[in-house]
Amino acid sequence: MAALEELEREYARAKRDKKFHARLDELLKTYAGRPTPLFFARRLTEKLGGAKIYLKREDLLHTGAHKINNCLGQALLVERMGKHRVIAETGAGQHGVATATVCALMGFECVVYMGTEDMRRQELNVFRMRLLGAEVRGVESGSRTLKDAINEAMRDWVTNVRTTHYLLGSVLGAHPYPTMVRDFHRVIGREARAQILKAEGKLPAAIIACVGGGSNSIGIFYDFINDKKVRLIGVEAGGRGEALGDHAARFRGGSPGVLQGTYSYVLQDSGGQIALTHSVSAGLDYPSIGPEHAALRDAGRAEYVPASDAEALEATTVLARTEGIIPALESAHAVAECIKRAPKMKKSEIVIVNVSGRGDKDVGILRENLKID
Amino acid sequence: MPLTFYKKPAMVAYVTCGDPDLATTREIVLAAIEAGADVIELGVPFSDPVADGPVIQRASERALKHGTSLGQVLTLAAEVRQHAQSTGLIIFSYLNPILRMGLGKFCKVARAAGVDGALVTDLPVEEAGEYLRAMREYDLAPVFLAAPTSPDERLRRIAEASRGFVYAVSRTGVTGQRQQLAEDARKLVKRLRRVTKLPVALGFGISTAEQFAEVGEFADAVVVGSAIVETVERNRGREAAAVGEFVRKLTAVSSELSAAAR
Repeated sequence: MAALEELEREYARAKRDKKFHARLDELLKTYAGRPTPLFFARRLTEKLGGAKIYLKREDLLHTGAHKINNCLGQALLVERMGKHRVIAETGAGQHGVATATVCALMGFECVVYMGTEDMRRQELNVFRMRLLGAEVRGVESGSRTLKDAINEAMRDWVTNVRTTHYLLGSVLGAHPYPTMVRDFHRVIGREARAQILKAEGKLPAAIIACVGGGSNSIGIFYDFINDKKVRLIGVEAGGRGEALGDHAARFRGGSPGVLQGTYSYVLQDSGGQIALTHSVSAGLDYPSIGPEHAALRDAGRAEYVPASDAEALEATTVLARTEGIIPALESAHAVAECIKRAPKMKKSEIVIVNVSGRGDKDVGILRENLKID
Repeated sequence: MPLTFYKKPAMVAYVTCGDPDLATTREIVLAAIEAGADVIELGVPFSDPVADGPVIQRASERALKHGTSLGQVLTLAAEVRQHAQSTGLIIFSYLNPILRMGLGKFCKVARAAGVDGALVTDLPVEEAGEYLRAMREYDLAPVFLAAPTSPDERLRRIAEASRGFVYAVSRTGVTGQRQQLAEDARKLVKRLRRVTKLPVALGFGISTAEQFAEVGEFADAVVVGSAIVETVERNRGREAAAVGEFVRKLTAVSSELSAAAR
């Protein structure tokens, strides 16, 4: 609790500090490569025959996903707090890579916890983290994926709390993380809103983003929340089926519960034990969801739908061959929903899809699942 | 309320219920009581024991494999209560299983079973409003963890909300045995005594009679958890006897300390 309170105070101070914002903006611009383009997907639009499709290209950000927006913000806080050791959890490895990246940039010691099952399916990222100087510790307990990595990271944190900052990668965990991480990703939606108004002179009818913990989605949704006519659509991992354990669609089978310091919708059994989950994409494979998403969904402001493993894999090929963009499997879930939804929309309507990351890390899985070479 | 510490230091024993099975847990608990444990913490296994080290993690996994549930632990508590009238019984659980059962239902069943209190590992006092109301309604003692990193103001809040005793955590970290007791432990108990008159129990990392004696010099009770759980793990087929022997070794220290004090 003391560490959380310290972090909350430091973040509040930083928020009020013009120099903090200026420094973060500078790094986002010159180091990470912001702003990211909003790209009109002409061929995909024609193929689907409905709404005009724009792609927000977070995959073009340094390290290949949106994660670095948050890592840069938290890294500056670590510096302000005078800590030198950073730990993180990672699912697909993108947050791990972004954390290792900012630690190399700032000179911090870095330890990343990753489930051994995830290490196997996202090998490229494991190598990248080590090349960047981070220590990657495999977690063998439980399902050996993201939630187990979080458990281990939290154990490290409570043990080393005086010297260490836990650089949480999504809008989860105890306060202030869900708020703070969302704030660091708001830049995605802020840019997209300005970009679409410039390109089309009007707001989109819908925004589609994949939802694991919920950072990229809340990041693109947030600045549109007050634009009531813009539908906000979050896409969860529909996995391989509807039975508990075969997916990670929290709003399809979950109920309110507490996991890892957060009260939100959780996939759990009748005894309150947290359920195992499945998704072809490591980054969506998590039994709880950011509490702000739970609030948006309960308020009816945002809607959440699943996309299956098969649909995500298919969507990867479609985007690759229609627009020359290989999305991360996580982002492919958002593309899959776009493929279903755009044809039913008017040609005068606009839909923005958040391409939260690139798919290089997924070639192993894609090769196993698609008949290509 | 049997949450009284009769000797100095009193002994609080934690077990993970359902490892290897509930019937054996009952034998283990009764053996510990016979050997001198004043309070038993009945640990409810959880899928994501974030505050626990490898020993309790393994025990929880084994217990969950045959579906050990909060409901079953409460039933076990009732059975233990029938055999042990003056032992304190605390349900030690993460929050989610309790929320799933319902706070009101949990308290009602716990009270009926003769449970004295509960310690919810991941429920900070700041978020405990509803829980405290339910516990008070059913005359159950809420026990909270106080950490060495908690500032004085937080220790005060913990003390105000606590009933029965305050559980001081000896060091930053998770459950598990350690060779040396950290400096943190003594300082924390001292700071707690400034804000509470409740007995202070110290736990995390205690496994030997020497450590037990050392803690007994400044705390009212000593909590032993992982060491007992590991004794269970290492003595398949004679768990209760092994735990009884182990607890007896530790509580012998209290007799010596009491004798020395006279």
